[in-house]
Parts: sequence; C-alpha cells; structure tokens
Amino acid sequence: MNDSRKYIIQLIVVFVALIFLVKLFSIQVLDAQYVVAASSNVIHREVQYPFRGLIYDRHGRLLVYNTPQFDLTITPNEVRALDTLKFCELFEMTREEFEGTYKTIRGKKGFSRVRANVFIKQLSEQDLARVQDYLVDFPGFDIQARTTRAYTAPVMANALGYVSEISPRQLEGDTISYYKQGDYIGQSGIEAYYEEQLRGKRGVKFKLKNVRGIEKGSYEDGEYDTLAVPGQNLITTIDLDLQKYGEYLLEDQSGSIVAIEPATGEILSIVSGPSYDPSLLTGRNYSKNFAEISSDTLKPLFNRPLMAQYRPGSIFKVIQAMVALNEGVISTQTYIPCIMVPMKCHYHGPGETLIGAITNSCNPYFYNVMKRVVNRRVSESPFEDTRIGLEKWEEYIASFGLGSPLGIDLPNEKSGMVPGVSYYDRAYNNRPWKYSNIYSIAIGEGENLVVPLQMANFAATVANRGHYYIPHLVKSIGDNGESLPRYKEKHYTMVDPKHFDVAVEAMAEVVRSGTGQYRAKLKDIEVCGKTGTVQNDPLPDHSVFIAFAPKDDPKIAVSVYVEDAGQGARAAASIASLMIEKYLLGETGRPYIEEFVKRGEFLY
Amino acid sequence: MRRAENISGNLDWLTVLLFFLIALLGWLNIFAAVYDESVYQNIFDLSLNSGRQLVFIGASVILVIVVLVMDFRFYDTFSYFIYGAVILLLVVVLLFGREVAGSRSWFEIGPFRLQPSELAKFATGLALAKYISTTGFRMDRLSHQVALFAIIAIPAVLIVLQGDAGTAMVYSVFVLVLFREGMSPILLITGIFSAFIFILTLLVEDHVYLYMGILAVTTLAVFLNRKKIKRITLIVAGALVISGVIRSVDYVINDLLKPHQQNRIKAFINPDSDPLGFGWNVTQSKIAIGSGGPWGKGFLKGTQTKFDFVPEQSTDFIFCTIGEEHGWIGSLVTIALFVTLILRVIYIAERQKWRFARVYGYSVACIFFFHFAVNIGMTIGLFPVIGIPLPLFSYGGSSFFGFTLLLFILLKLDAHRTQVLVH
Repeated sequence: MNDSRKYIIQLIVVFVALIFLVKLFSIQVLDAQYVVAASSNVIHREVQYPFRGLIYDRHGRLLVYNTPQFDLTITPNEVRALDTLKFCELFEMTREEFEGTYKTIRGKKGFSRVRANVFIKQLSEQDLARVQDYLVDFPGFDIQARTTRAYTAPVMANALGYVSEISPRQLEGDTISYYKQGDYIGQSGIEAYYEEQLRGKRGVKFKLKNVRGIEKGSYEDGEYDTLAVPGQNLITTIDLDLQKYGEYLLEDQSGSIVAIEPATGEILSIVSGPSYDPSLLTGRNYSKNFAEISSDTLKPLFNRPLMAQYRPGSIFKVIQAMVALNEGVISTQTYIPCIMVPMKCHYHGPGETLIGAITNSCNPYFYNVMKRVVNRRVSESPFEDTRIGLEKWEEYIASFGLGSPLGIDLPNEKSGMVPGVSYYDRAYNNRPWKYSNIYSIAIGEGENLVVPLQMANFAATVANRGHYYIPHLVKSIGDNGESLPRYKEKHYTMVDPKHFDVAVEAMAEVVRSGTGQYRAKLKDIEVCGKTGTVQNDPLPDHSVFIAFAPKDDPKIAVSVYVEDAGQGARAAASIASLMIEKYLLGETGRPYIEEFVKRGEFLY
Repeated sequence: MRRAENISGNLDWLTVLLFFLIALLGWLNIFAAVYDESVYQNIFDLSLNSGRQLVFIGASVILVIVVLVMDFRFYDTFSYFIYGAVILLLVVVLLFGREVAGSRSWFEIGPFRLQPSELAKFATGLALAKYISTTGFRMDRLSHQVALFAIIAIPAVLIVLQGDAGTAMVYSVFVLVLFREGMSPILLITGIFSAFIFILTLLVEDHVYLYMGILAVTTLAVFLNRKKIKRITLIVAGALVISGVIRSVDYVINDLLKPHQQNRIKAFINPDSDPLGFGWNVTQSKIAIGSGGPWGKGFLKGTQTKFDFVPEQSTDFIFCTIGEEHGWIGSLVTIALFVTLILRVIYIAERQKWRFARVYGYSVACIFFFHFAVNIGMTIGLFPVIGIPLPLFSYGGSSFFGFTLLLFILLKLDAHRTQVLVH
C-alpha cells in the first residue's frame, strides 16, 4: 500500500508544476495586459513644455515674459513622520485646510501614492525662499518648477489677455486634441489670438524611471523623443510710453482710447478703462482675483475699444458729407439754411455751406444731405425710393469698415450696427417706411452703432485721404517676421479719394475755429478732429473725439470715448490732443489740460 | 583512500549537477535582479548580492566536503543531538537575536548573519527519520504519533514565536513524509480538504451561497443514503463541521491574524482592490513575469525587477527575474530543473533499504517541494505572499547552507546505501 503512496507524492509534485506552467503560459503568452502594465510602470512620457513666446512693444521693449513658478508636490509613500503642525505653520494653512487639500488631491484622477502629486499650486518666490530650507524636514514633499506669465508694466491688460488652465469646454472644442487637462492656454487678447504662434510645439521625452520615479535613462536611446519647439516671440505695434500715458489719463474713467499709425494701420495704443493689473491673473491667486475682477460692476474685463458699441454721434456727419459728395448730390458750396426743422440745432448762424456745416455740426444740414442721398426720385413711391437709396447708402457706409468687425488681431471684436433696408423691414414688421421714419441716422444718432476701434480707423482713413489698413497689434510674428498677410492690404472706401480733402479741411477747421479749438489745438502741430456728443439718456452724454495729426503728413489717428462725460469738446478732445502731443513730441506741454483730465469734472 | 574512491563512485552525480545548475541560474538572476547599467557592475563584486552569493556558494562547497568526509553513521547516531542543538539555537535567537523586518530570527556575529531557522529544517528531518526508524516504532500508536507531532511542532512553534510564520509553515509539509511512512491518509485528505474549503470561503464573498451549497449536497447525500442511519449521522456531522470551518474563517482572518497578514490574504483574493497598497507585491510580481512574454526580454534587459517595482527581487521574488528576462521558456526550464531535482530525491529516497535514510530523503524532497510550490505560487498569484525563499536560487547564505546540508546529507547516506545492514 505504501508503495502506491510514492506515486501519489510524485503526482502531487508534477501536478503543481503543471498548474504553474499553465498559469505562466496564460499570463506570459496569452495575456498582453502585463506587457502594457510593465511599459506604463517604467516608460514615462514626459512632456517637454516649450517656452511661451515673449511679447515686445514696437521699439523692442519687453511687455510680457515668463517667470518660474513653483508647485509643492507630495509623494504620499515617501512621507515619513509628518509634523502636521509644523508643516501648517510653515505654509500658513490651518489643519483643516491641510486635510481638505489632501482629500481633494486624493480624489483626483491620476492620483498616485508613489509619484509626485501637486499639493500647493504656484508658490510665490518669497514663499519658496521661506520654505526651501525647511523642506528637508518633510520627506515626500518636493518643489516642481513651471513657468507662468509676468509683465514689465501693469498696462494693456485687456489687449494682452491672460493665460490660464484650459477649461473643460475648451478641451472639448479642441478637435485635434493638442491640449491635455491642466495645460495652460491663452484665454483672451493677444494671448488667445496668437495662441498657436506663442505656445510653440510640445516635445515628448520617453524616460525610464524606477519605482521611486528616479530616472534610469532614456527609452531606446531617445529614438521616439521629439524636441520641444519654443513659441515665437511677438513684436507688437504698441508704443509702451504712449500706452502707459493713455492708461494714466483714462485711469479713473470708463471709456477707451485707440491710436493708430495711419500709414500702416498699426495700433500705437489701445486703452480700455477701467483696467486691471494683468499680473493679478497669473500665479497662485488667479481664481480669487479672477472672481473679483469679473464681478466688478465697472467691468474691467470688458475690452471697450472693440466691444463697447456706441452711437457715432456728430462724427458720422463727416462720412455723410463724403458719401453725398461722391454721389454728386451736393458740392462744397451747397448752402442749406438752418431752419431747426425737423431737427434742432445749436446756435451758429442762419445757414452753412459744407465746411461750415461740419465745423458747426449743423443737424438740419445733414438731415438734408442724407435725404438727397437716399431720395433720388428713381421711383414714384417714396417708400420704394427710400429703399433703393438706402441700399446704396448702406454699401457706402460698409466700405468704411462699419457694421462688421474690422478684423483686428484680438478675439471678440464687435461689429457695430449700420441700420439698412433689412433692418427697417424687420423693425417696421414689413409695413412701409420712408426717409421721414429713419432720418435720425443722418446725424449719427438713432440705430447707428460703432465701436471705438472703427472710429479710430475712420480717423486714419481720412488721414490717409481715402484708404486704410486693418488696425492690428502685431507687426512681427517671430523676431524678424511679418504681420499677418491681411494687414498688408490697402482698403479703399467707395468714396473717391479726391473728396477726402474736404473732410480733412473741415476737420482742420473744427480744431482751428470750431468745437475743438479750446482743448484740441496744439501750438506747432496742425490737428484735425471732430467732436461728438453721444446721447445716452438718462445718463449724461458720452464724450467722443476723433483726430489725426499732423494735417499734411499724419503720423497718428486717435479716437477717444469717455463715457458719461458730456460734450466731446471737453474730456475726449483733451485726451485725444494729449495723446497726439505725447506721441509726436514725446512730452506734453499743457499741464492745465492734463490737470483738467485728471480732475475728471467734465460736466457743467 | 579506498573510502574516498567509494564516495566519488557512489555519489549521485545527477543530483550534484542539478544542485550546481540551480545555484548557477540563481546566481546569474541575483545579479540581473538589481543590475544597474548606468554604473559599471561586475557580477563578482563583493558589494553586490551576486558577489556575496558566489561566496556563499563557494563556502557551501567546503560544507559539502565536510558533510561527505564525515562518517555516514554520524548523522544517524547524532541526529537527536543535532536536533537538540538546533532547538537550543532557536531558543537563544529568541532571547538574543537581532530583529530584522519584524522577526527576531537572526544571529549577528561581526559582518556575518545566521538564521538558525534555516538549519532547523534538516535537523528536524534527521530527528524525524531517527524516530521513525527506531525499532518498535508503530505509526498507528497514539503515543508515537504524539512524539512525532512534538518533533515537528517544537521548532515550528519556536519559529512562529520569532515572528516568521512563513518559515514555520514549511513544517506542515512533514505530513507528506508521514503519509509516505504509513500514516492514515485521513489526516492528509482532511488537511487538503480544509485548505480547499478555506480558500473557497475566501473567494466567495457571500457565505450564504456556501451554506446553500452545503445544504443542497447534504440533502442529496441524505436522500441517497436514506435507509442508513449511521451514514446520515456522519453526513450531517460532516456538514456541520464544514459550516463551522466557514464560520471560523472570518474569525481567524479578522481576529487572529496581524494586519499585514490580513492584507496578504486580501491581496491574494483580489490584488486589484488596492494595487498600490497591499496588492502591490502581487500585482507588480505578475506584471514583471507577465511582461516577459514567451521568450523574455533577455539577460539584464528586464526593467520591472531592477527598477524596484518588484519588492525583495533578490530573495523571495527572484522568480520574477526569470519570468521577465527569460519568459515562459525560462520559467519552464527553471520549473523543470526543480521538478527533476525533487523527483530525483524521491527516487533516491525510494532506493534506500535503510528506513532512516528513506524518511530523511522524503523530508528533503518535501521541504524542497514546499518551498518551490509556495514561492513560485505566490509570485504568480496562486498563493498568498509567504516570505520563504526559492531553494538554492534566492539570495541568502543561511538558506543556501540549509538547503545544501539537507541535500548532501542525503547524498552521503545514499552513497553508503550498500553498506547498511537491512533490518
């Protein structure tokens, strides 16, 4: 009997060995998941974040750069004998915050006990200096460096925009899956518009790492690695001194200043008031600051130069005059008596010819001018006649870049509004309408809407005697690059350039002897301008002024909007002329005007 | 002179060859397990485990010569003395030993460390063989059974007291030896059956299903034996005992085991429930072996073991290096070597006419088998993690000396098998 037992024992041995071989066959040969798991254990795909491009002003002065930012990480398995009290003291947090933070990161996807997890985001450099020496007492905690944006001056916040972590919605919209959760992306302004150029190209390095995350060399000698390509620098068209000065002037006001170099369409300065310090939207307190800024009732995040839509006011009369001249329905000598009907007027005289009508901003004159443009008696019906005329008029106005976004290199540009045939059909519900129903648009009131950028562009168009380049902020992508191709195209309006001399002359007259003579006139430079006082019931009128100078060789065209500040001849004209003076002369010699602007008492 | 010739002529050279093959493979894998290509490393470097293991192998060759030179009757005559001495060492280590990783099982003398529990195995085998081979021994006598139990249990209990439950579990394998020597198979069957029930209880989370199964089987058995009262009583009693075992599993796991032991059980049942915590060892060990594929990544090309993903990769988890670098083929060769060795030892045991030598031979075979089965079983997730080495393969001097002694004492006895008078 015992003889059979030796076979039983041998059978047990062989049986166990067979089970092992079958099991080994299943995990080694049949099941591929272990190979994958082994690769993900040791092969670490390390993303090489490229350096984000820098942003300069037109003279090569640095505006935006990168600065290292430090995150505190935790590797839970390496934490030994943590003195929580001391830790909390060092990082200035309460015990509850400490525990709450740990709970949050524990719950996050990708949390690992053996690898570093971000524990406190973005320590400031002062914080870092304070804690660095004590960090050895806290094994398992480490510092990880990244870069964030920094600014040389607290200006141009809205135009520059900001960079922050990509939102879930943006991530969903990223069809080529370039971005990953936690990546940083330009959220507004230049940062968003030139995101692709600024961000560069991410690289990937495959590294072998041991269980403690210590590098053990590259995978396959780096055969699959790709190099990170740094982002391209941008040279903007901004003149930093002028920008700073504009922000200083508009510091306590709501409104905007846009200054353009007429010969190129380059934006010299773009100011949105009120603004904020762009460095508030970087770093550790991003969330808190963003909440504060975005809930401010004065809307500092609202980029007024291209998003605020106002009625053009009297400035529109200059455009009307040129359309009428081009259509041949008036000449410079056309005299129209100011009979205060159907529109009221200021007291300037019994009647005007064209230049005088612009200089004195005569309302009845332009009522008649537009009536002549629109009602040409091509149709018996006054309704049909107005329709035909207004269609033509609409085309003219659109050719000045109004009613649609100009195409500046910033996101969220508003189009403004040119009320045309289809608009009035809708407004009157397809009941008939004629000139007497719509004439308030003749003087830039009524349904007309423009954004300050469009008005600056109009000033540049007049300065150029009939053409413009789309206003833009970046003159060079890369250190020796060019602007986007569309900014090199010359755009003509439908008005023959020869008629623009009239506009130039009229605008010169406005500053010489009209509404602009008190605050917009400069001693050695002939400024051409036009005031606008935009109705804003029930609040005070908006103060508007467009200008360019010098008259014969314009170097700068400006539009200024100051909200709720009354007559254009006061706040806006002052600021516009100061900007011109600053840009052309490098300094301003009229302290009383500057004082007037800073005092901010524009209403009677 | 004549005697020496005798030895070399009668020595079982196949076993010697297997011994050196396994030791060589072990040595190469110990080098590979922690190989770091960024530093120039030499397999003979004494600061590395591989260098030291070579020293252990060399020292054990001296040990082998000593074993072979001694008179073969020494092991029979002095078996109780050796046993007693080792028991004494186990007691002393409990009092003066050095604590390593929670267990007090090491002597430290200068740079050397010795683990007496590794020596206790061969001593217990000798004592057991001596007792069974004594004239007048009867396996069915209760007093003799108690004595046998004591011989096995005393070192096991001392080792448990040291805090090394894994090594103590090895002593359970002597049941197989006793089975060969005529012990009633009921003990073996009951043991295997309880282990089966135990593991089943662990794997089936809701015990209601188990009870329902027992009820169904019992009902069926009672129905089939409905006219035999005695059998029905037996069946019902059996069913109640099994239910009791199931009930006690929870108690054992939750109240008797230490937390780290509980975790090992949990990791065995479901390593994925916490792959970064207590499931780490098993998960990583399987990843290392599984990633080897059929042919392996090549010598020194493994990543999981040398980058420390697998813990204890030179000692308890040395098989991972084989699996990762040499694939299924390497595993097959390794397993085949061990199975050949074990079967060869059984063959040697069976050709002894002297009962002492045969019982000792079975002890050797069974101890090798237990280590082989549990060690490889745990690395591939077929067995809970129990920290015992792969014989002659894992890094470690004490264990290497222990297995060398075990094996070569048998070979010495075998070489003289013709000189023994048969009773």
